[in-house]
Amino acid sequence: MLDDFLIRAGLAATGTALAAATLGCFVVWRRMAYIGDATAHAAVLGVAISLMFNLSIFAGVGMVSLVMALLITSLSGRGQGIDTILGVLAQGALAIGLVMVTFIPGQRIDLDAYLFGDVLTVTRADLGIIWGGAAVVIAVLVSRWNAMLTATLNPDLASAAGVKPAREQLVLTLLLAAVVAVAIKVVGALLITSLLIIPAAAARGFARTPEQMVVLAALIGATSAVGGLRAAMMLDTPVGPTIVCVAVGIFAISVVAKGLRRLTRG
Amino acid sequence: MTVLISANGISLRHGDNLVLDRVDLNIEEGEIVTIVGPNGSGKSSLLRVLIGALSPEKGTVTRKPGLRIGYVPQKLHVDPTMPITVRRFLNLPKRVSNADATQALATAGAPDVAGRQMSALSGGQFQRVLLARALLEKPDILMLDEATQGLDQPGSARFYQQIEDVRRNFGCAVLMVSHELHVVMSASDRVVCLNGHVCCEGTPDVVSAAPAYRELFGTGTGGALALYRHEHNHHHHDHDHAAKAD
Repeated sequence: MLDDFLIRAGLAATGTALAAATLGCFVVWRRMAYIGDATAHAAVLGVAISLMFNLSIFAGVGMVSLVMALLITSLSGRGQGIDTILGVLAQGALAIGLVMVTFIPGQRIDLDAYLFGDVLTVTRADLGIIWGGAAVVIAVLVSRWNAMLTATLNPDLASAAGVKPAREQLVLTLLLAAVVAVAIKVVGALLITSLLIIPAAAARGFARTPEQMVVLAALIGATSAVGGLRAAMMLDTPVGPTIVCVAVGIFAISVVAKGLRRLTRG
Repeated sequence: MTVLISANGISLRHGDNLVLDRVDLNIEEGEIVTIVGPNGSGKSSLLRVLIGALSPEKGTVTRKPGLRIGYVPQKLHVDPTMPITVRRFLNLPKRVSNADATQALATAGAPDVAGRQMSALSGGQFQRVLLARALLEKPDILMLDEATQGLDQPGSARFYQQIEDVRRNFGCAVLMVSHELHVVMSASDRVVCLNGHVCCEGTPDVVSAAPAYRELFGTGTGGALALYRHEHNHHHHDHDHAAKAD
């Protein structure tokens, strides 16, 4: 079954979407979208390093994302000009990555695959890493669920109950780096944030509890992944951007549906 | 009496600013202690050191082993991106039974809100839900940081009345931080007047008569305190305050 490249692509996209949508709820609640975006942009530097030193793409991207996410998180705690710092770090890492790639000996490398994803070339080994990474992300979130939720709502409340908010923040940062690494082959560095944010945003209007929002976001993410892959095959469009287009479509429908519901109630 | 939590020689800096200067504080079982002080006197910082949210630069906090703290924060901002019902909120950080949740809401004076979204509550209901959540921790000590912010004076008087009831029924100690001297002091066993360091400390009567306290707050509060004691009726604002508080 895994011999079929379409099946592999579908599974890779679904696994990535599930992990991204679940973590994405925390990204939305904690208003960390900018950190996600910057971390993802820095992934291009990770790609360059991987190619230069012949490392696995996952390892290189994971490493650079991790460093970037830690750097941003520690700087954002001080609350001074964070958007400026982010601009420097994220765009800087992206630019350095793009320049570095041109120095790699051998044939010219086509970066499109890393900027916008190339899920159709996912191998069995890639699939193992993607699903392994996604499973770890989801398992960690589920096991620390209440502690993370408390720390997200109010850090002092968490402290009083013996939960260390700084540790929860660190765990989220690690998971963010993991999701970026997992997603790079599926949607590419430039579109990773959309997999984090859009399903959560679409789910918000229809959830009454955090749990409902996460389950709904995961469903929307998975639907976008599968629907996007099918649409891309039919329309002969690039898969990563098509997945994001489907997610945006679902988001738009959710906004309209929410508006209609309010109208009929009011 | 057992000491539940004690701060010994706590010093804390925010940047170059010495916020707390060698502060000592002991809270014993079942007593109601109020920390009063002007804005920026380090009241909230001291509370945050006690719950472990801030690490002091010098000094130590000692807790009775296994001490359970019920914390009611000054303000809890529920981000509009997070859907959460009151019932779900009460499950933080630990899951509680429906019966316990209903009971806690009733005790805190906010029955019938379990199904509401946190973001749809009024200021008074919100504070009571925070109190209910703190009670569900079965606290040895309840800590409230400016818990009546955003409530009008009768509202906060009722809220503190509730706190006294809670202490009577649960037997837990209460540590409060407030700038609402009149309302809060009458309900306290002991008042600590803080201005970076502990200026004075004692029963409400002793503190309100202390020169250090009068220097910080002026003498006008003496009459307001009388409102609850129904003595010293010489102050001409008494009737005003009494009318508002009823």
